[in-house]
Amino acid sequence: MKKARLMQGNEACAEGAIAAGVRFFAGYPITPSTEIAEAMAKLLPQHGGKFVQMEDEIASMGAILGAAMAGDKVMDATSGPGFSLKQELIGYAACAEIPCVLVDVQRVGPSTGQPTAPSQGDVMQVRWGTHGDHPMISLCPWSVRETFDLTVQAVNYAERFRTPVILLMDEMVGHLRERVELPEPEEIQVYPRRKPKKTRAEGYQPFEPDEDLVPNVADFGQGYHIHVTGLIHDDTGFPVGSPTVTEKAIKRLHEKIDRAADEIIRTESYFMEDAEYAVVAFGGTARTAYEAVKNMREQGMKVGLLRLVTIWPFADKVIEDLARKVKGIMVAELNYGQVVHEVRRAAQGACPVVLCGKYNMKSFEPVEIEAEIEKMVMDVEGGRA
Amino acid sequence: MAELTRSYEKYFRQNRLPHLWCPGCGNGIVMKAIVQAIEKKGLTQDNTVIVSGIGCSSRASGYMDFDTIHTAHGRAIPFATGIKLSRPDLNVVVITGDGDCTAIGGNHFIHGCRRNVDLTVVLFNNNIYGMTGGQASPMTPLGGKATTAPYGSVDRTFDACALAEAAGATYVARSTAFHVQHLTDMIAQGLGSKGFSFIEAMVQCPTAFGRRNKFKSPAEMLKWMRDHSIMKAAWDKLDDMKKGEAAGAGKFPIGLLYASSGGELDYDAAYDQVIERAGGAGK
Repeated sequence: MKKARLMQGNEACAEGAIAAGVRFFAGYPITPSTEIAEAMAKLLPQHGGKFVQMEDEIASMGAILGAAMAGDKVMDATSGPGFSLKQELIGYAACAEIPCVLVDVQRVGPSTGQPTAPSQGDVMQVRWGTHGDHPMISLCPWSVRETFDLTVQAVNYAERFRTPVILLMDEMVGHLRERVELPEPEEIQVYPRRKPKKTRAEGYQPFEPDEDLVPNVADFGQGYHIHVTGLIHDDTGFPVGSPTVTEKAIKRLHEKIDRAADEIIRTESYFMEDAEYAVVAFGGTARTAYEAVKNMREQGMKVGLLRLVTIWPFADKVIEDLARKVKGIMVAELNYGQVVHEVRRAAQGACPVVLCGKYNMKSFEPVEIEAEIEKMVMDVEGGRA
Repeated sequence: MAELTRSYEKYFRQNRLPHLWCPGCGNGIVMKAIVQAIEKKGLTQDNTVIVSGIGCSSRASGYMDFDTIHTAHGRAIPFATGIKLSRPDLNVVVITGDGDCTAIGGNHFIHGCRRNVDLTVVLFNNNIYGMTGGQASPMTPLGGKATTAPYGSVDRTFDACALAEAAGATYVARSTAFHVQHLTDMIAQGLGSKGFSFIEAMVQCPTAFGRRNKFKSPAEMLKWMRDHSIMKAAWDKLDDMKKGEAAGAGKFPIGLLYASSGGELDYDAAYDQVIERAGGAGK
């Protein structure tokens, strides 16, 4: 029998990283993500890996990208202001195709905001925080065990697509303690670092895309003498000031993720079979939404929950199908309204989409979500939505 | 006549040359000094990584036939830290400029020194932001002209070597593009020194600095370096008043300015002890 442990979400994230093969973590303390760095500082040396506390969030992001190029699987964790500081190098990782996982344990913003209070206000920053066109993969756990699993998944996606992946947590899940049974190492699938398929003599080009459009970039110290840059580059890795190369490069960065989007995008449905109304939620808020929906089902209301496990790329098709099935969708999120705009876009007017937002330092109570669902139902039935 | 030996040419990506630097620029001199130092110390192209930031100096990485990474502005030292800690067997050389290292990357610079990671950092000091067309840097001399200091700079300058020493670098040296052999020796010694080695290489930027600051030609700038540098041994013989007078006249010491007696562990060695204390094995 597996050993059950009482574990915090942030600790599960660190355990997941170790299980996925992360052997380098650079970080800077920031509430409410600090426990991840603390756990990594303890765990990594036990596994022959290294933890470095850097001088700021930018430096820690730079250090993980360097270590990734030298062959390590890498992770970094932050929150709020630290996440803002990391944006430039997230873009660097996207452009130079360096695999890395960044955990953002969301807190109330803007600015220093409310450091210890929960929020889900970084969803759009995850997608658009760094400048320029780039794709993004972001996963959002709602439990301690799922934090472990999605951390492993995040590392695997980072390695497979050679791209930054953001594990989007929130304070509720990060600081939640639950009984968990972690999988045995042999049960965990780990995506290995991609390797060059050609020698230099065979004309190896570090950024030449493989069949899945992802390049097999050599790690440093393998004799390939590769060049890595955040300037737009061609397959050789060297910068080129060419419109054709620029267009091709930006397109490929997107297409390597778009192609696999159906596989990456994961959602979960609860009580949806005959639902006439749906709640869309993610992360810690989805737990409350689940309670609310369950309570309303007990009262005979045909309402269901769609939980976004993958936040980016966005679950456009799932939402579009949902919008055609139900009379109304309510997005419950702990912010002033972010995902609601994406849901509205994806619903393409097939049904009304309303927001149940909150931004007062408190997480939702089930009754609040229930009341908003009732309001939506009344508005839709009364022709007001 | 015997053919000149140019054994250092193999260290360059010939297909990436000629470089983009302006005629008369000193960056090529320093870049060549780096590869000659690498050759002198017997480092190989396979076990050496060149890390650079952003700016004129930092374009050097693209011309050098090693594993190279042209990082983000100011961030070369954090990237290099990650590379070195991940692969302690690799030699990691950082190429940076005065803006890159002492302005946007200033905090990373001092913490790199403090951690004493085994890196060799070569600062190309041209006293100006060259790539963006001549804005004042933290190393533009007081009163010096720049596009953002049209009436002369009122910002005081950093002494990057004093900063490195104070922050904990274990090898600190300065040389110039005029003193090519000396510069090569200073870099070679830095490569051979365990821990954070810092070499400030003064270079001429005729385009963005020289022409706004009464230097008629690149050669005049090199002559200025010759006439204003004082070898460390001679500098040490000056009393404090004479040193003050010399500094007031724009003179500066070159040579090995500081080398630790070797008491400190470099970061890799210190971290090996951490892994041992944690009971960890290999990755």
